[in-house]
Amino acid sequence: MRYVDEFRDPAAAGRLADRIRATVTRPWTLMEVCGGQTHAIVRFGIDRLLPEGVSLLHGPGCPVCVTPVGIIDQALALAARPGITLCSFGDMLRVPGTSGDLIAARTVGADVRVVWSPLDALAVARASPERQVVFFAVGFETTAPAVAMAVHRAAAEGLENLSFLVAHVLVPPALAAIAGARPRAVDGFLAAGHVCAIMGVDEYRPLAERYRVPIVVTGFEPLDLLQGMLQCLQQLEGGRAEVENAFARTARDDGNAAARAMIERVFEVVPRAWRGLGTLPDSGLGLRPAYAHLDAVERFDLAGIQGREDPRCRAGDVLQGQLLPTDCPEFDRACSPDRPLGAPMVSAEGACAAWHRFRRHT
Amino acid sequence: MCLGIPGQILRVLPGEDPLMRMGVVSFGGVEKEVCLAYVPEAEEGDWVVVHAGFAIARVDEAEAARTLSLLDEAGA
Amino acid sequence: MKRIQMAHGGGGRLMQQLLREHVAAVFGEPVMHHDGAVLVGAMADGELVMTTDASVVTPLFFPGGDLGKLAVYGAVNDLAVTGARPVALSLALVLEEGLPLETLDRLLASVKAAADEVGVSVVTGDTKVVERGGCDRIYAATTGIGRRLPGVRIDARRVREGDRVLLSGDIGRHGVAVLSAREGLSFGGAVESDCAPLWGPALDLLTAVPSAPFLRDCTRGGVAAVLHELARAAGVSVSVEEASVPVSEPVRGACAILGLDPMSLACEGRFLAVVPPAHVDAALAALSEHSQCPGAAVVGTIGAADPGGAVWLTTAFGQERPLDYPSGEHLPRIC
Repeated sequence: MRYVDEFRDPAAAGRLADRIRATVTRPWTLMEVCGGQTHAIVRFGIDRLLPEGVSLLHGPGCPVCVTPVGIIDQALALAARPGITLCSFGDMLRVPGTSGDLIAARTVGADVRVVWSPLDALAVARASPERQVVFFAVGFETTAPAVAMAVHRAAAEGLENLSFLVAHVLVPPALAAIAGARPRAVDGFLAAGHVCAIMGVDEYRPLAERYRVPIVVTGFEPLDLLQGMLQCLQQLEGGRAEVENAFARTARDDGNAAARAMIERVFEVVPRAWRGLGTLPDSGLGLRPAYAHLDAVERFDLAGIQGREDPRCRAGDVLQGQLLPTDCPEFDRACSPDRPLGAPMVSAEGACAAWHRFRRHT
Repeated sequence: MCLGIPGQILRVLPGEDPLMRMGVVSFGGVEKEVCLAYVPEAEEGDWVVVHAGFAIARVDEAEAARTLSLLDEAGA
Repeated sequence: MKRIQMAHGGGGRLMQQLLREHVAAVFGEPVMHHDGAVLVGAMADGELVMTTDASVVTPLFFPGGDLGKLAVYGAVNDLAVTGARPVALSLALVLEEGLPLETLDRLLASVKAAADEVGVSVVTGDTKVVERGGCDRIYAATTGIGRRLPGVRIDARRVREGDRVLLSGDIGRHGVAVLSAREGLSFGGAVESDCAPLWGPALDLLTAVPSAPFLRDCTRGGVAAVLHELARAAGVSVSVEEASVPVSEPVRGACAILGLDPMSLACEGRFLAVVPPAHVDAALAALSEHSQCPGAAVVGTIGAADPGGAVWLTTAFGQERPLDYPSGEHLPRIC
């Protein structure tokens, strides 16, 4: 597959690993913020190509993992109501709420449909005017433009039977929370390539400056990841703290203007609760007043729903890079992909899931 | 996040509203209808990165070639 | 449009009419008169093998196949991988009230065509009708009887460390073809189901390598599931080279955009075989004659005894990691 396979060439990966080895003179800790990068690192064994002194911590870059239990419970409450069709990305179906998940809800008759795109939820709503359709909108800035388009069209068409359960989160506040933590565990960051394709590389310059930390915008294939790590380590060795773009074929300095314009039109920045990080101000997206009539929390009166996390779940520590999944006492005991205690074990991009799938033998 | 896969625009579908601009994108021979509203500059034959049914960026092919040749050179 | 009514399953006049006009018209008059068929001369030589298969698929007609084909090939392929030449099939149908008769006719014609292709007869069957909502349009169950080839010694306990693992062709096409026709995920293009009869290739492989200890067709759960079945049945670890597993470009593309793993996607015309290393070339040569074995390849090796039956995947980067037993569900994802 073009623009994928070339960036998986093992020989080139070996050469990059050699260059990293030649660059590093002391221990460094890097963090990738994107769950897709976590998955790729563990799946391809990129971390095992790195020299001893370079540690990788996995960050809170999995939007499924950081969605608080309370929002899952809101989705479950909607799914349980007759007359409601809940449309969701497949990623959310097995995330545990306080009790049960959407798959279990489906077995007792809930109408839960997996969609690939928010536009599919529009199609479902148009095809079933007698039902109330709710789209479960999870994701970082990469996904927000797709949802924004669906919201905008729903409003423009005057669709009365579609609404959105919005749980979008923004990367920079999470990165800031980790970079600003004392003691700071992370020396340098790999920023999420697709998020930057939307929001632009420039958005990270104030963060690099404020926290004096190198941030390299990085892609998802093995060569992208190794190149991003190399550049980050070169900066650290050279005492620099700048934003660099190692994913220039897809991410530009100013990102995607049309996508940002639509996000801006439909959403406003709001405080958002993050599993593990608590509530961060200005860290989420919510519907603007002009679109508030499409908000499922309002329409179905869900605001009172609070979730209760399983106390054994250490998702918060894992998401901040403070605990390796394999060091969690419940890893592969009470917690596994078939019986997850929390989201990071069930999301395809969750650190716990990645370690369970690819590394539990180590 | 996020699964963003490069695919090639096979054809742009006719339509007037730029917000509804749709195209058929091929991923190794599998074809899917994708919304092209966020890549207004992309045309038939261009490569785009697709996420959740939307093209979110055009692949800068010259930049990709440059990156690959640098990766080839390094250590060669 | 004519549809199935409850009375079509009632054992009375309407049912006789259904059988005569739709079932016997396809399979011949004798099918109507027996619930059990005597297989004359079946005990003369070779062991009799029996298998059964239930076929349920949505949509009923998908690129490259339909329920009818699956019903026949499912039973035939189960027989083939035990080294048995298919001799006869039975066909039981559960029909939902409201099913268009035209749909039934199309599927029965497909069953007949598939059976003829393999050279096997549908010799007996049964039909039931349930009320609307009682089943999803139509379910089929096929039981197959076959006669085992002399000299075949398929037995997982004969698998030895160092034996090689072969795949008869590229994987995941059926899973992608079915997904591609599902509402909400529809995509067009190049992927047809790989559903195909495997008796021909299995016969040739077993003729070339009579000592082959293990054959199994990959169905639900894909190659990953069969690898685990092999490992557990044989009590060994199995190691697979990711780069050797044949996957067609369109299947890779579909898996990429949906976030699925081709190793756990269903096939309906592929099998995995274990052969001693000295016979690998002969095995591959035997398979290469068959159009349902595109890209047949050696994909791995049997490891040491391991009662837990671990399956390992070596990545293109030379890293070894466990290959999981698929959960059985495929959830397209965006993350």
